[in-house]
Amino acid sequence: MTAKRVSYTLDSSLQSVNTAEETAQLLAAKAGFDEDNCLRISMAVREAAVNAVLHGNAYDPNKKMTVAFENTGRALVITITDEGRGLDVSKVPDPTTPENLLKQSGRGIFLMRSFMDEVRIRLLAPGTEITMVKNVSGPAEHHKEASK
Amino acid sequence: MSMKSMTRQVNGITIVDLSGRITLGEGSVLLRDMVRDLVTKGQRKILLNLGDVTYIDSSGIGELVSAFTTVRNQGGELKLLNLTKKVHDMLQITKLYTVFDVKDDEAAAVAAFK
Repeated sequence: MTAKRVSYTLDSSLQSVNTAEETAQLLAAKAGFDEDNCLRISMAVREAAVNAVLHGNAYDPNKKMTVAFENTGRALVITITDEGRGLDVSKVPDPTTPENLLKQSGRGIFLMRSFMDEVRIRLLAPGTEITMVKNVSGPAEHHKEASK
Repeated sequence: MSMKSMTRQVNGITIVDLSGRITLGEGSVLLRDMVRDLVTKGQRKILLNLGDVTYIDSSGIGELVSAFTTVRNQGGELKLLNLTKKVHDMLQITKLYTVFDVKDDEAAAVAAFK
């Protein structure tokens, strides 16, 4: 299958978060994912978009969020970029440990990692780039294929 | 669909029927304000009926946690009723399922308050 890539540049608003989520749902279905995986993908995209708009760009009207979707045929690769101060992932605590369990926030990246097969976070200058991968046949199948 | 809430009283327990999406923005703010309002009015036994909640994100989960601790810090109890699969899965993934007292029968939930 030929790789297809679409990219959107969006304002730092809640409306953009909803747009990113809805687009992810549509493109995941188009890529052939079942209903449960479409939901997981769109939830991960929502969390990454919230991260970009709220924690990254802090709703700054002069800063944009970029959301790119690439269907490689074997996976859906989603990249979300902001123009904020940059996210130091080493400082994000595990939200499932007893001391963090009752904290109000800090679950976004954990959920992205739970819902997707691969999550990479890269610091830009300025900003943060989050790349999330969902394999069409699931992680085990993908690794089997890759090791052949 | 944005979040909606209806409040009713059963045997001294405040039951809040929530529907729609509990997400960053309108839904999570509505939930926060509603719980704070109930606590301010002296309601200490609150049952959140999530049976018609179609979607929840990390902000919504955070608001459930915040509601739980707000009520508990006032010496009260907050329980959850009728989790949909989506909400149930989110609570399982985030390891919060055992933190909350979760019920699937309203009468049993009401009776479980101390």
